[in-house]
Amino acid sequence: MSAPLIRLDKVSKVFDKTKSSAGTMVLDELDLSIKENEFMTLLGPSGCGKTTTLRIIGGFEKPDTGRVYFEGTDITDLAPNKRQLNTVFQKYALFSHMNIAENIAFGLKIKGKTKSYIDDKIKYALKLVNLDGYERRSVSSLSGGQQQRIAIARAIVNEPRVLLLDEPLGALDLKLRQDMQYELIRLKNELGITFIYVTHDQEEALTMSDTIVVMNQGYIQQMGTPEDIYNEPENAFVADFIGDSNIIDGLMIEDKLVEIFGVKFPCVDTGFGQKKPVDVVIRPEDVELLPEGEGRLPGVVSHIIFKGVHYEMEVMAGGFEWLVHSTVCHPVGAKVGLQVDPFNIQIMKKPESEDEEAVGVNG
Amino acid sequence: MVNFIKRFYLTIMFIFLYAPIAALMVLSFNSSKYMSKWGGFSLKWYEAMISSELIMSALKTTLIIALLSAVISTIIGTVACIGINRMKRKPRAIVMGLNNIPMVNAEIVTGISLMLCFIAFGVSLGFGTILISHITFCIPYVILSVMPKMKQLESSTYEAALDLGASPVQAFFKVVFPEIRPGVLSGFLMAFTMSLDDFIITHFTKGAGVNTLSTLIYSEVRKGIKPSLYALSTIMFLAVLILLMIANLPKGKNKELIKES
Repeated sequence: MSAPLIRLDKVSKVFDKTKSSAGTMVLDELDLSIKENEFMTLLGPSGCGKTTTLRIIGGFEKPDTGRVYFEGTDITDLAPNKRQLNTVFQKYALFSHMNIAENIAFGLKIKGKTKSYIDDKIKYALKLVNLDGYERRSVSSLSGGQQQRIAIARAIVNEPRVLLLDEPLGALDLKLRQDMQYELIRLKNELGITFIYVTHDQEEALTMSDTIVVMNQGYIQQMGTPEDIYNEPENAFVADFIGDSNIIDGLMIEDKLVEIFGVKFPCVDTGFGQKKPVDVVIRPEDVELLPEGEGRLPGVVSHIIFKGVHYEMEVMAGGFEWLVHSTVCHPVGAKVGLQVDPFNIQIMKKPESEDEEAVGVNG
Repeated sequence: MVNFIKRFYLTIMFIFLYAPIAALMVLSFNSSKYMSKWGGFSLKWYEAMISSELIMSALKTTLIIALLSAVISTIIGTVACIGINRMKRKPRAIVMGLNNIPMVNAEIVTGISLMLCFIAFGVSLGFGTILISHITFCIPYVILSVMPKMKQLESSTYEAALDLGASPVQAFFKVVFPEIRPGVLSGFLMAFTMSLDDFIITHFTKGAGVNTLSTLIYSEVRKGIKPSLYALSTIMFLAVLILLMIANLPKGKNKELIKES
């Protein structure tokens, strides 16, 4: 494996620390490696430490302990204006007293580039974000999506090694957000640079990333490809945060056999011991609804919503309300049988304490 | 009927507000020395005003003090705003509260306490003490006018400038200052006018021998009213009026926008 481009080594950060209170632990000895050319997404609920991590990489926050390395060089104490990376901020942060061309030229002018070089770069960048001819426009005459693209253009003309994006699509409406996701993937491929992307939107993360880092309460919960994170969540938090899921208390009878609501389900997981309580994760689209009498667990449909592609149903079975996605409609009150294929059952170790729950796989 | 009452009420209100000033202005063009008699239009009181050394030196002092105190209080106030904006919510509320008290405080109290303060520290009253006093009472107004612009400015705007390679000083002058400039400018004009027409605080802190226009008018009026003072007051009123209009001018930005689109 090649050496990481950016490495965070046991980075901790505490906010609002005073004499009387210990403050809020935002990051707790976080280790993270980012490879060159990777599209890495830091995903988590608000307050999970993802933005703080990005700000530490950008140089806007100093970690209380731990170091940050860029190509092996310690950059922990390096000022933001000396780092080979650029940031796209959540609220665009365009300079409203300058027009579009002046905004994009800002970084290049500071670096003392020639006028012809700057003009070329502005043209190139505007073309890249599909806003050719917008040089003379004022910032306030642009829509949110256009402003965000200008913010991206302003960052990439400086040819950063890494582009940091802090929830850049958060303020846009759904349709625009989806379009921009494709734009960002295209940009990433055209520029061939590393993207570090912060979001709380799991769909965004799944669509764009090479690697997703799921964070909660200052810890990394799971790190992996979108497929890994979705199909094999390592704990209940990840399973719950990424997509919809049924998280059920189960009992691991032995390897490859788990008991849910007194019914034995074959599965593919091993190594959890015998007669051990576990968390069982089943995605709503993996629950099959069969006619009454068939399947392993009998249930009654209690709710149904049409979602376009599929029906979203709630099925009462074994005293638990199962969330089920299916293209077949079962009316409310219909008696059904639930079936789950062994490879669609994901077994997770139960956390023994709340602390361990927060620590996740990092601890 | 209701409409008539509405209009009547409004007219009466404006008469009460502006009749005294209008009377003063009219009288300043009266060639007769007596208020009760109209002697025809004349600019002689304006000539008298300009040729009076007393008035001209007071005017010079007034303008110098207004300009210096406006510049200095604008700098101090703007720098203070940067600090206040970075504070946490609670200390910020406390500091803004402390900032507002001098503005609602009776001027005479401010004036007397400044005078006592200067005397207690053995500072002899004169030009310097007027200047210090004016800077003191102008700072809260500057802060009040710059602060809203400062709050509008996202902290990420400054960070974006750093991110693009600017040093903290460059980031301030190239990005932060232009963004808050309208607030700074109106704060400056406010301070300038406040200083220009202050009487009470100046009266207590000026010492002997130095006069601003307002204190000069006051001492002259005690000796007997000269119509050249009407001329002076008229000019002061117009000067302040023009400054206030500039300070409150709607920003030309909207117009620009319409033109472009």
